Amino acid sequence: MTKKFIALMLTAVLLFTLLSGCGYEYSADLDADLRGTYTKELSGTVLNVYNWGEYISDGSDDSIDVNREFEKLTGIHVNYTTFESNESMYSQLKSGGVSYDIVIPSDYMIERMIREDMLEKIDVGKLKNYDLIYDKYKNLFYDKNNEYSVPYSVGMVGVIYNSALIGEPEHSWKALWDEKYRDMSLNFSNPRDAFMTAQMILGQDLNSTNKKDWDAAAKLLKEGKDVLQSYVMDEIYGKMETGEAAIGPYYAGDYYTMLDNNEDLGFYYPEEGTNIFVDAVCIPKCVRNYEAAMLYIDFLLDPPIALANAEYICYASPNKSVVENEEYSFYQDEILYPGDEYEIEKAQYYHDIDPEIRKYYENLWIDLKLY
Amino acid sequence: MKVFSKIYVALMITFLYAPVAVMVFFSFNSGSSVWIFDKFSLDWYKGILFDTAMMDGLKHTLTVAVLSASIATVLGTAAAVGITALRKKVTRGFVTTVTNIPMMNADIVTGISLMLLFVFFGKLIGLSESLGFITVLVAHITFNLPYVILSVIPKLRQTDKNLHEAALDLGCTPVQAFFKVVIPSIQTGIFTGFIMSFTLSLDDFVISYFTCGHYQTLPVVIYNMTKKTVKPDVYALSTIVFLTIFVLLILYNIVQTKSEQRRNSRD
Repeated sequence: MTKKFIALMLTAVLLFTLLSGCGYEYSADLDADLRGTYTKELSGTVLNVYNWGEYISDGSDDSIDVNREFEKLTGIHVNYTTFESNESMYSQLKSGGVSYDIVIPSDYMIERMIREDMLEKIDVGKLKNYDLIYDKYKNLFYDKNNEYSVPYSVGMVGVIYNSALIGEPEHSWKALWDEKYRDMSLNFSNPRDAFMTAQMILGQDLNSTNKKDWDAAAKLLKEGKDVLQSYVMDEIYGKMETGEAAIGPYYAGDYYTMLDNNEDLGFYYPEEGTNIFVDAVCIPKCVRNYEAAMLYIDFLLDPPIALANAEYICYASPNKSVVENEEYSFYQDEILYPGDEYEIEKAQYYHDIDPEIRKYYENLWIDLKLY
Repeated sequence: MKVFSKIYVALMITFLYAPVAVMVFFSFNSGSSVWIFDKFSLDWYKGILFDTAMMDGLKHTLTVAVLSASIATVLGTAAAVGITALRKKVTRGFVTTVTNIPMMNADIVTGISLMLLFVFFGKLIGLSESLGFITVLVAHITFNLPYVILSVIPKLRQTDKNLHEAALDLGCTPVQAFFKVVIPSIQTGIFTGFIMSFTLSLDDFVISYFTCGHYQTLPVVIYNMTKKTVKPDVYALSTIVFLTIFVLLILYNIVQTKSEQRRNSRD
């Protein structure tokens, strides 16, 4: 009996390992399209990469499996792990029990990590493909001299609505407050993003250090709470797809995921402005394979790889070779790329906010939830 | 009354298995929605093969589950034998309580304290990175141990204490007596312990989250998918894992009843 049971267990394990082995085929003609040169000089070394979950092209639907291609070209073994929020990534690095060569945090977190001396400098002059990054994503507030980060992916928040249920709303954040859509509208269920919608209507700076601004935004949110169906995060997918809710804010790229399941959905950018974020590649201080990390960053910037990632992630790309490629599925797409005028003049970044102000608006948020 | 008890059982089973049934159902959906069923397809099952992050997570989970359950079973059985052999009742009670603490302790406390210990120890011996396969394995063995001990001790109490001595009288060496007489009489307890450890280790999230470092197990990988929404290939994978365990348990039960029948007919 013992033996039979153990045999069964082992067979099950074996089956799973067999499954994991097959599947991906390397694309044969990729080498010719690559801009950079990748040698086997560092073959046999290990590169530890820490990225958001589902944030890299993995070979599904005949796409490129970025990590495996890199391994094939350079012989460097990619040890790829994921995180779910900037904060959990930050605390893992702070704990000191792990060592990574590549991390991909968002703008405000990079600002904090630079201030706390957690990032290693990157000499962008040594990256062959760095010139592909648009100038508008260089010298940003979090890394003014481009010494620590290389942009990876860009996103903006907009409003998703169901045209079959409510037609075309006025292109404003005020739609979420509109009595017409009572019990059909949604808003973010985290303080920073929810406050953003009100701050935009009030024409405030999203990173205001004036407590009165936050009070005013909280007051506006309170007024709108009654009209709102609920505060949501991930649940918005289900609510919008099934028509349980008719209007709500979310990231532009994720609108396309919902559109796949409900073709009545539309999208607009509010005229008041919105939040924009950049996720960028960095090398943390605990790096052990610096040369391989630099090679990996260059690889991520390389046109075919950047294209594959942009297609997979479905957010905007900061890479010229992708945006200007006619074969790109989102070529001249007005939702992912609404144009410089809106992006530069209307969209605002979140900065790493003063802890005292954060505490203040978090308390206002709790107050609002109880209201 | 009989009708009520039947309804009660039916309700219980529905509540226990409805979530799993919904998950299995939507794993066959051709669309990515969890709310609208488009049409039947096996695309997500194909998709699993390409999700390298998820497959790695699965491999890690299974490796840790099999190894930690096996090691915990061996250590736990030895510990249980030792504990029952303790003469003084006070010491016995004390040791049992101490070994039970990891089980009573909140996962988050166990997880954080283990992480601190590993990082501290790693710094002490000068490692640049202390968390990884070994630490997550040690952590899993730690929380599995009490379950094995707890399932073996009652079996040891049930067996006749003189059995071991009788075997010695009849010419067994102490080692032979242990493996040929004691172990077979407590083997159901050992199995229960093993299976409990295996399943606990399989679905542990909190402790793994803090101790795994680069060696992310499947629950951690799935948790990290929340920036984008969770894709249905997770349902497909969970369905496979659920069915595998389900089939294993059924087979295990069949094997067990058969061997019991054989033993009964021999008697």
